[in-house]
Amino acid sequence: MATIEEQSKGKNDGEIRYLTPLDIETKSKTRFCRFKRAGIKYVDYKNADFLMEFVNEQGKILPRRLTGTSLKYQRKVSQAIKRSRHLALMPYVGDLLK
Amino acid sequence: MIVVDIMFKTEIYHQMGFAVLRICCTFAGIKIKHIFMNHYETVFILNPVLSEDQIKETVKKYEDFLVSKGAEMVNKEDWGLKKLAYPVQHKKSGFYHLFEYKVDGATIEPLEVMFRRDERMMRYLTVKLDKHAIDWAVERVKRIKTGA
Repeated sequence: MATIEEQSKGKNDGEIRYLTPLDIETKSKTRFCRFKRAGIKYVDYKNADFLMEFVNEQGKILPRRLTGTSLKYQRKVSQAIKRSRHLALMPYVGDLLK
Repeated sequence: MIVVDIMFKTEIYHQMGFAVLRICCTFAGIKIKHIFMNHYETVFILNPVLSEDQIKETVKKYEDFLVSKGAEMVNKEDWGLKKLAYPVQHKKSGFYHLFEYKVDGATIEPLEVMFRRDERMMRYLTVKLDKHAIDWAVERVKRIKTGA
């Protein structure tokens, strides 16, 4: 690795130096909870089509780091999915649901 | 007359208020019955091999039971024969029915005992509705009416 003094003398062994910092996004996109945004207060277990958005292909509940749901509503979503499963509106296990 | 007055007021008071009210009434020597009305919702699945008359009879039986216990029916829904997401009792479909009602909490236990003893019943779920759920239930009925 060449030091700055060596580089100024013309020595350059493969090190890339930038005059302007690269435009790399360090902050991820602002996430939002869709329940808070839409003003939904109650998650209905009867609406299985809607709850399908919160499970993966195997029918497992997705973590909130992927769906962006706030903790308050994630609890309600998981409760609703479990009720929905009990009533056979949603599967406990599935294959290629989406 | 006093009892009627209390029944009217409980609609407004919070659950904690109910408890205080009940204690006060026992001290005052007033007997109260069925004033702790909660809002419940029950969905149940009936066996698909039943005939239409049998289904009507079964649904009527539970409705009559609730009404006899002083329930106030808010909404009744028949979702018809629906496919199940997974087989239950080796059956792939079932008749879904929904009841929404206001009743004293002590009625739920005997109702569920009846459900469990009934072999026509495949699944059931009773949920107590909070204020947001009640709002949504009203909205949902409205949407179904305009949609249909």
